[in-house]
Amino acid sequence: MALPMSRASVNGTDHALPADPRRTLLDWLREDLGLTGTKKGCDHGQCGACTVLVDGRRINSCLSLAQLHDGDTIETIESIGSADNLSPLQKAFVTHDGFQCGYCTPGQICSAKAMMQELSEGWASAVSDDVTAAPDITREELRERMSGNLCRCGAYSNIIAALEEVLADAASERADA
Amino acid sequence: MKSFTLDHATDTDSALSALRGGATTIAGGTNLVDLMKLQVETPDRLVSIRRTGLDTIVEDQDGLRVGALVTNADCAADQRVRTSWPLLAKAILAGASPQLRNRATTGGNLCQRTRCGYFYDTSQACNKREPGSGCAARDGFNRIHAVLGTSEACIATYPGDMAVAMLALDAVVLTQGPNGAREIPIAEFHRMPGEDPSRDNTLKPGELITAVRLPAPTGGVQIYRKVRDRASYAFALVSVAADVSMEGGRIARCSLAFGSLGTVPWRDRAVEELLVGETPSPALYTKAADLLLKDARGFGHNDFKIPLAARALAATLHEATQG
Amino acid sequence: MSRTDTVTYDSPDTRNLLDHTRQGVIGKPLDRPEGPLKVSGSATYSAEWKFDDCAEGVLVLATIAQGTVQRLHKQRVLDMPGVLAVLADEAMTRRSTQGTAGEAPVQGVHTVDYFAQPIALVVAETFEQARDAALALEVDYVESKSPIALDPESPDAEVEDPDNSETVEGGDLEKAMHDAAFAIDVEYRTPGHASAAMEPHATIAQWHGDRLELHGSYQMLAYNVKEIADCLSIDPEKVRIIAPYVGGGFGSKLGITHEAVAAAIAARQLKRPVRVVMSRQQVFETVMRRSETRQRVRLASDASGKLIGLGHEALVSNLPDEEFAEPVTQATEFLYGGENRLLKVEVARISRMTAGSVRAPGEAVGMQVLEAAMDELAEAVDIDPVELRKRNLPAKVPVEGTAYSSRMLVEALDQGAEAFGWDQRRPRPCQTREGDWWIGMGMASAARVNMLVPAEARVTLKADGAALVETDQTDIGTGSYAILGQIAGEMLGLPIDRVNVVLGDTSLPAGAGSGGSFGAISTGSAVMRACEAIRTTLSEALGCDTDALDLKDGTATSGDLSQSLSDLLGGNDIVETGKIEPGKTAEDFSQASYGAFFAEVAVHAFTGETRVRRMTGAFGFGRVLNAKTARSQCLGGMVWGIGSALTEELAFDLRDGHLVNHDLAEYHVPVHADVPAIEVILLEERDAAASPLQAKGVGELGICGAAGAITNAIYNACGARLRNFPMTLDKVIPHLPDPFAEVA
Repeated sequence: MALPMSRASVNGTDHALPADPRRTLLDWLREDLGLTGTKKGCDHGQCGACTVLVDGRRINSCLSLAQLHDGDTIETIESIGSADNLSPLQKAFVTHDGFQCGYCTPGQICSAKAMMQELSEGWASAVSDDVTAAPDITREELRERMSGNLCRCGAYSNIIAALEEVLADAASERADA
Repeated sequence: MKSFTLDHATDTDSALSALRGGATTIAGGTNLVDLMKLQVETPDRLVSIRRTGLDTIVEDQDGLRVGALVTNADCAADQRVRTSWPLLAKAILAGASPQLRNRATTGGNLCQRTRCGYFYDTSQACNKREPGSGCAARDGFNRIHAVLGTSEACIATYPGDMAVAMLALDAVVLTQGPNGAREIPIAEFHRMPGEDPSRDNTLKPGELITAVRLPAPTGGVQIYRKVRDRASYAFALVSVAADVSMEGGRIARCSLAFGSLGTVPWRDRAVEELLVGETPSPALYTKAADLLLKDARGFGHNDFKIPLAARALAATLHEATQG
Repeated sequence: MSRTDTVTYDSPDTRNLLDHTRQGVIGKPLDRPEGPLKVSGSATYSAEWKFDDCAEGVLVLATIAQGTVQRLHKQRVLDMPGVLAVLADEAMTRRSTQGTAGEAPVQGVHTVDYFAQPIALVVAETFEQARDAALALEVDYVESKSPIALDPESPDAEVEDPDNSETVEGGDLEKAMHDAAFAIDVEYRTPGHASAAMEPHATIAQWHGDRLELHGSYQMLAYNVKEIADCLSIDPEKVRIIAPYVGGGFGSKLGITHEAVAAAIAARQLKRPVRVVMSRQQVFETVMRRSETRQRVRLASDASGKLIGLGHEALVSNLPDEEFAEPVTQATEFLYGGENRLLKVEVARISRMTAGSVRAPGEAVGMQVLEAAMDELAEAVDIDPVELRKRNLPAKVPVEGTAYSSRMLVEALDQGAEAFGWDQRRPRPCQTREGDWWIGMGMASAARVNMLVPAEARVTLKADGAALVETDQTDIGTGSYAILGQIAGEMLGLPIDRVNVVLGDTSLPAGAGSGGSFGAISTGSAVMRACEAIRTTLSEALGCDTDALDLKDGTATSGDLSQSLSDLLGGNDIVETGKIEPGKTAEDFSQASYGAFFAEVAVHAFTGETRVRRMTGAFGFGRVLNAKTARSQCLGGMVWGIGSALTEELAFDLRDGHLVNHDLAEYHVPVHADVPAIEVILLEERDAAASPLQAKGVGELGICGAAGAITNAIYNACGARLRNFPMTLDKVIPHLPDPFAEVA
């Protein structure tokens, strides 16, 4: 039942998945592909530093065996923007000082990117008053939706400020369009 | 993590065949990989059931059929679930983090293992992990442990949220096994520890969860109240799933399930019967709580769960009946 | 040409030079220069350096608390796929190193001092192989026949006076308590805390002949080099540490930890690079903890609330022979009056991982308790808690008589109260109910001692007029890259993009390191000193007095003289090393950063859950070097205050001494949803006694008392006066009024 082709697309490039089934998606990205922007903070799905996007959805790459990603499309922080060509989201993190040590930051940013997609699809959260309705984008909603990403430096309120700016810019662009 | 082989089932039959060969299923892996890294779980063979096609949600005259591989996130985002079984969406959204909900599956979440720190730590005695080794939690740090349904052998809770809502909604777990299909009412799915805490549920060897069926919606007020130490991303200390209908100022129908209170998702029909036909009042809530908790027993650090459960129940009933 | 210009800080530098320079970058809220690297995942942290043929090591931890390792069953593990070695070298460390130790901690992994102490290292070709093999290693132990206590409050625990803190006694406290119009005598407890920096401890070690190179996650590299060298009995000159990015420290990376020495030993034996990364559980179990405390606070006041007596006595713990004891009463010594006083710390010797400096050692837990007790006094006296603080600010430090260098506490209290809307607070508990929630407000003072420590930095003004700042100072999220660049840019008259800052490499001059809130002011003073030397050279070249030299945007001006720096330098670099040493100002003045916290909380009337709804902090810490990074430090500290007040607690099983909640699922650091909008007010101040920059430390101030404000708000909300941190709902519930009762 082993699949003949065990490959995944990472940031647009096709790669063979690792031979050792124990290797997690996180360790594969960091050790085999050299994509160390994705961080290992706890290795047990308890901090969110390892957040990447798989088929557009955010997951904890530490809790996912790499071989289970055959055929998947994976995006890491490296695909969102480089140091000399930052995305608006990354720029907002810099402007609002949405990080200090920087170790949780790629995970926060990947998580935020996916969260904005979830918002646009109308997903509810645990703090939504009405789970049947499209969510209001309040600070409380943003905090709840980002709670899978720990930041021990305590940059939380700066991160939320960065997200508010990006969401407001996106909304005004939509209004202009 | 010990070495293991990993195969990929392409349909239910190949998954069942692998199970017969002694394989352990892996779907999202959010709990299993966690435990394998610590060697709390040490399977020799894994079979991935991710590509078995059990990832659809179908509505029919019997209700809603949620495939075993539907992720928690997709289940909570489904408009039918949100509209007709909001309790389920709320409970799922109260659990874990968005990242974990994107990977965790319906079937996997039902089989989630306890968060007992002694179960998780191979230096400690745990009858669930290593039958016969003892229970270090009983006299240990047991703040998160159960006060109902415990045994000499084990006081660990089922830690999840989704199953608690499903219990209140009278869900049915659908399986396929060596002897064909089986329907297990969710109240009979999780098993109390008794003398053998190593088995968390009533799945038989070689049996695979294929879906969960939710019966037709009740139209009641549905509330999931999760009480926890952090505002998010924490397991429940106590949770209450409620589905309550009122008629003429009286409780016409109610179902109540409790999480992290017992060793299994907890439901007590006698409490519901006590409430039906009554006019809501603080005194009534107290009576219901007294009945619910009459056999509750704390082990020191978790004694607070008994008054907490009574208070969470009162708050939930108050909210559900004052609408 | 390079010189070292050393200054021992014996008298306050009141020139306030940075107020007279004209570049205008000092203090500005500039973005961190390394920000683009961090947000794009291209800043390289310790475990991320790539070396060919790097082997992977995983530590094996003891499963007993006290005894000896009789046998390691190595062979079965060595036979496992990919396994290269099982090491239990006696040079491996048994305990973590205390901050600024500069020498080896207790070594030898044959003996077990505490549960989960490292006893061996398993090395394999891959991480997966090493992890499996480490768990497969069977160990035979002989348990100690005369174990010491596991519980600091057990009667069996030996209690000593610590080496690092002296008892302060003055007058007659007993009599003051007896004579007082109001006397508060209360006992509080705080649990152990974990630093829980997001980046787990990690080291990659490799040998180049007899030279050791480490890529690691450490806070104080100049000390860490000495510690590693001492462990391995080699010359510190032979050790180089590279740590340009450090994923948080909060004290846990002050001194070297187990993985560094183990990696170095393994790399030497295997003759190849070896990486050892601790698992999150290992970081929790074996690196370092903040001691739990039991604190007795006695406050004796006259009828107006003025203190006539103050007692603060603490019991903390550590392993036998460790010098460090959580200096709980550190700020109590100088914060409030009350000449009759007794301030004392005792340390219980127990078997539990090393207790050390977790963010703001002393004040973090001492201030939250003192400030909670002050709230009790304010209630007894029946005056506003802000007013009580103001009535108790002494002119000089009680008993010692030392003068204060500067103290912005009154300003912080007033401006914080104003911004927060403190006048809206209702003094009695249980007055405000919104739906199912009781709402309350609380406040506390903030105080944290200031320290200047030895530091060196090299500044090169290049022939093209750009500057290079070099020091082994680390930036663990503190803002060193930004701040040191701003100091150099301001002093040399350069726009910030003409200043490059290189940090975290021990081949560079030894900075202060990151700890005790002293990194920025100490290393920054060294940078300033180097720049002053460069300014002297430039003024000579221009032909003017140094005092008359004006540098801005790459041009040197004095009166009618004006020349671009590149012309003035004539193709030559100027290289200067600045060095600062603490001097008499440290003894002549009581130096501390001050502030005030205001918090509004909601306590659930049924379940006792507490949520912080908003917080305001106002802080005075001398000159603000970068308003953005300073604000972030304050914010971060207040988030720690939320954790300390509500959720954080190391839970040890007192039967075998193991840590039960050894991961981020069960040790609850605050998440996004726990943290509300936080307002930070930075007060302008100059403290010339503190440093030539007139700046004081800010890295820890935001936590020092924050939890007290939250605790006091809980009482104001629902009447639960809790004295056992953290204020989890199980402790709140017994005090809650009937949730169905009408609000009084």
